[in-house]
Amino acid sequence: MMMPTMSAKDLSKIYRRGSEEVRALDGVSFEARSGEMAAVIGPSGSGKTTLLNIIGCLDNPTAGTLSVGGEEIFGGRKELSEKELTFIRRRIFGYVFQKFYLIPTLTVRENIMLPSAFYKSSAGAKSPDDVMKLLGIDKRAGHLPGELSGGEMQRVAIARALINSPKVILADEPTGSLDSRRTGEIKEILRELATQGMTVVMVTHNLELAKAADRVIELRDGKVV
Amino acid sequence: MNIYSVAYKNLLRKKTRAALTAGGIALSAWVLATLLGFNRGYENGLNRDIDNMGFQVLLTAKGCPYEAATLMLKGGTGLRYMPESVVKTVYLNPEVEKVTPMLMQGVFDPNKGENGAIAAYLGVDALTFPAMKGYLEFKQGGWFKDNNAYEAVMGFEAAELEQREVGDKLLIPGVDKELAVTGILKRSGTQDDGTIFLPIGAVQKIFGKQGKLTGLGIKVRKDADMAAFENKLYDLPDVQVVSMAQVKTTIMNLVNSARVIVLGIAVIAVIIAMAGVINTILMSVMERYAEIGILKSMGAMPLDIFKMIWAETAMLCSVGGAGGIFLSFLTARVSESAVRYFLPYAPNGALIALDWRICLFAFLLIVVGGLLSGVYPAWRAARVRPLEAIRIEGEQ
Repeated sequence: MMMPTMSAKDLSKIYRRGSEEVRALDGVSFEARSGEMAAVIGPSGSGKTTLLNIIGCLDNPTAGTLSVGGEEIFGGRKELSEKELTFIRRRIFGYVFQKFYLIPTLTVRENIMLPSAFYKSSAGAKSPDDVMKLLGIDKRAGHLPGELSGGEMQRVAIARALINSPKVILADEPTGSLDSRRTGEIKEILRELATQGMTVVMVTHNLELAKAADRVIELRDGKVV
Repeated sequence: MNIYSVAYKNLLRKKTRAALTAGGIALSAWVLATLLGFNRGYENGLNRDIDNMGFQVLLTAKGCPYEAATLMLKGGTGLRYMPESVVKTVYLNPEVEKVTPMLMQGVFDPNKGENGAIAAYLGVDALTFPAMKGYLEFKQGGWFKDNNAYEAVMGFEAAELEQREVGDKLLIPGVDKELAVTGILKRSGTQDDGTIFLPIGAVQKIFGKQGKLTGLGIKVRKDADMAAFENKLYDLPDVQVVSMAQVKTTIMNLVNSARVIVLGIAVIAVIIAMAGVINTILMSVMERYAEIGILKSMGAMPLDIFKMIWAETAMLCSVGGAGGIFLSFLTARVSESAVRYFLPYAPNGALIALDWRICLFAFLLIVVGGLLSGVYPAWRAARVRPLEAIRIEGEQ
């Protein structure tokens, strides 16, 4: 049987708000395999983004374990430092955000190559031309973000996430700023990435997008239901 | 694609703001380079003027020379004289290499300027004066050969002002004596350009000052003890010793006092520009708070972000600094005219002497100052926590 790419066990996250203890995640466990698209759904405040931040190494869990590709990342040891988390993020993850966060003065090609200004993947950075072709934006290479549609901007953001050959794509409301036609296009692209062997984990409110996922993790009050 | 090209593109986002900040830096660089150039130019000019006098010590008749100069300018009277015999007395000193006697006279010329002005004539010795002023070259003609001839040699500017050429006549107003112009000097960049030289014997005769001098220029041997020699001269009766080194020091002390104030103003200008840099870069960091968080989520280390923001500061300061220095070259002549207008005494030649050392110093000072100003915004940016930045953006 194939090993899961991502395995989370009893992940918890407790925040302190004054004297009050807020349990944002409460013993969340799930697995996601390579080639799989997983959707995290749930009402606002259910812990979706907190879960995405922890599995994306943007934050430490309070308790629980997380391993990716057989490598234990969080496992009851001390909290990882910002630097350690950055090293892990570089090697494993590509991020896609609802608001794209493209730099307005960089062309499409330059935006896609932006991560490589800070880090060159040891797994080998992809060619920006190949990535643009894969996402159907190769004809827009020299354009600035202001000249693109919302769907095209999200494609550029996905291309930027792919440039350093990540194992896992994490997407936070990737279609939140798009109309239904563009949502369908992005869904197909994420599906295609999973087909190519990547693990795609997305947080979404969009049920159509969630239905396209191989695995749905529904959260409520920080727990998987 | 590297951090520096990203930094450059970041600056292009708010072009007007970046241009205004660079403009502020350029102004401070302009002030700094111009003032440093002025310091250098003034000192060089003063040294040149004094060195080109050809002598290190000037003997004048007792009485304040400044007072005498003022009186002379007001009406050509009040000059004090010393006897011609002082030449021999001074020449007997072993420290003396050469001496040259001078007799300055001034007369009111009603045709000069709008309301008339003083026309000054310097009587010089035909033998010793040209030898002491070896740097003077002729545009036309040459020196008078006889100390009693009614001839004149005109400085470049004096000849232009009077519109005279060699062979022309020159009338001394008031005494109605006509002189023949025997030579026109080339421009020397010194006070000699505005002087009319006459043979000393002729001046004594025309103005009835036989056996009298207003000054004696003394060139001292290179190995001589200047202080000891000056002390000897102080013992001479009815003469005043003016050491050119002392004159230079006195003027430079005055200029240095002004320089401290002016450099203080330049430092304030630089500090204001640096405050502008901090404000601009900090504002830019705050506006890009979420974006910086995203860059960190993509794998940028705090040092990468620090370098990127610092590079933006360095680029702004480099462009502004270089622009300001270029501006100081462009406006050097205008600045010089303004300085000459306000200064009571300005030496001849270029008053604002900009060279590569001054430019490099001003540029480095601006860039280093800018980089120091950029440390805080860059540090703030480097400390942005990706999670916090994304959360704040999400709440907006």
